[in-house]
Amino acid sequence: MAGLITMDDLTNEQIINILDDATRLLPVAKGELYLPLLQGRILGNLFFEPSTRTRMSFETAMKRLGGEVVNLGDVKNSSVVKGETLFDTIQMVDGYTDIIAMRHPRQGAAQYAQDSARVPIMNGGDGAGHHPTQTMLDLFTIRQAHGTLEGLRVVLAGDLRYGRTVHSLSHALTRFGCELIFASPDILKMPSEIVSDLREHGANVVETNDLLGSINDADVVYMTRIQKERFADEDEYTRCAGAYKLHADHLGDVKSEMIIMHPLPRVDEIHASVDSTRHACYFNQAFNGVVARMALICYLLGVTVPADVESEGGAF
Amino acid sequence: MSNEHSMRRVTAIRNGTVIDHIPSGQALRVLEMLGIGGKSSVPVSLVMNVPSKKMGAKDIIKVEDRELTQTELDRLALVAPDAHVAIIRAYSVAEKLTINLGSEVSNVVRCTFSNCITTNMREPLPHRLKVISRDPLHIRCHYCGRPQDLDELIKNVL
Repeated sequence: MAGLITMDDLTNEQIINILDDATRLLPVAKGELYLPLLQGRILGNLFFEPSTRTRMSFETAMKRLGGEVVNLGDVKNSSVVKGETLFDTIQMVDGYTDIIAMRHPRQGAAQYAQDSARVPIMNGGDGAGHHPTQTMLDLFTIRQAHGTLEGLRVVLAGDLRYGRTVHSLSHALTRFGCELIFASPDILKMPSEIVSDLREHGANVVETNDLLGSINDADVVYMTRIQKERFADEDEYTRCAGAYKLHADHLGDVKSEMIIMHPLPRVDEIHASVDSTRHACYFNQAFNGVVARMALICYLLGVTVPADVESEGGAF
Repeated sequence: MSNEHSMRRVTAIRNGTVIDHIPSGQALRVLEMLGIGGKSSVPVSLVMNVPSKKMGAKDIIKVEDRELTQTELDRLALVAPDAHVAIIRAYSVAEKLTINLGSEVSNVVRCTFSNCITTNMREPLPHRLKVISRDPLHIRCHYCGRPQDLDELIKNVL
């Protein structure tokens, strides 16, 4: 059964349908309504490297819909340290579960797992590769704020070189005709092969070092964390990272409906003063990880989300 | 200059394999892909950059006393997808083989990306590369999606 390895596994129409399902599932995600669509189904959570939000939101998504979750647990205590291949691990979990969420340090691991399994695999990040479930929740958040995904002006800022989140998101936004502004220090620029790939697919891409000069016309500003270890020395880090920090004082001339997103965890690239502005969207974005994954699991398992969730669902 | 003339640059072989219509300058790569190097005991003749009506210029390899297998042909498809292969027995062409580069190359070479899941040699699934385009040759790993550089790829022949 097909899973979600990259965003190329979904058409634009399928993306919109899943986002529509997610919108209807919001009261269930919030715990206001009980709708056990996934009762009797089991999710296998296979996180071969640390994760907080992704792992917990998959687990919450499954449980909110009445399903169960089994976890690989700490890799240090699993058969992986004994040298078990990914293929063998997947064979085992495939037999225990109906669907698998996986994060793995090696690129291509999710596709490899999908080729080894009968149940759908949801790629929760494979090395520097893809993170499509994050992209789904990002798209959900953007559409929730703007009512559309079409033709928006989106600034992606910070570490664009190593961030798989921004790679997947850029591809998806290109498919919806968004204008992309990549604001980053030179050493953390979006990889050139991705920029040329996006341009080949018709993207309007602007690359700049000037974050603050880019935000006033933006509909979305997507911040990412700049990691100290990417720089040769601390002085260079301080000099570069300082230009990629947002403070409430910077937001005086931005569009009123502009949203600021961040995959979290943040360090100091978004100052706490931004949290209380109307533009701060990152905590809502993190919550949306649950509802987007609820809709995605239903879609991959062929479970129909009722058109009228309110009347199908029950009170607690 | 005729093809016949260029073929006379090396003598006819009694038994073995002739690989003709190799893209000009690719003969050494072909030998590398086939695992035929200096330590090989079979006689090998090689001409490079000879004129060709069809290709402008081409390379030709003659390997004596060895008939290429299908697996070896699959390897050849990456560097010389339009090459013609003739199996020679008793100085005559016994078989003509055509190489076709399909949409995928399976278990011929290993992905060159150091963090690809397939670098764990104990993983049992086949090494798969997707042919995105033939001209120019554009290949990606089926698993990690990384584009593959042919010069690097040749070092990863299985």
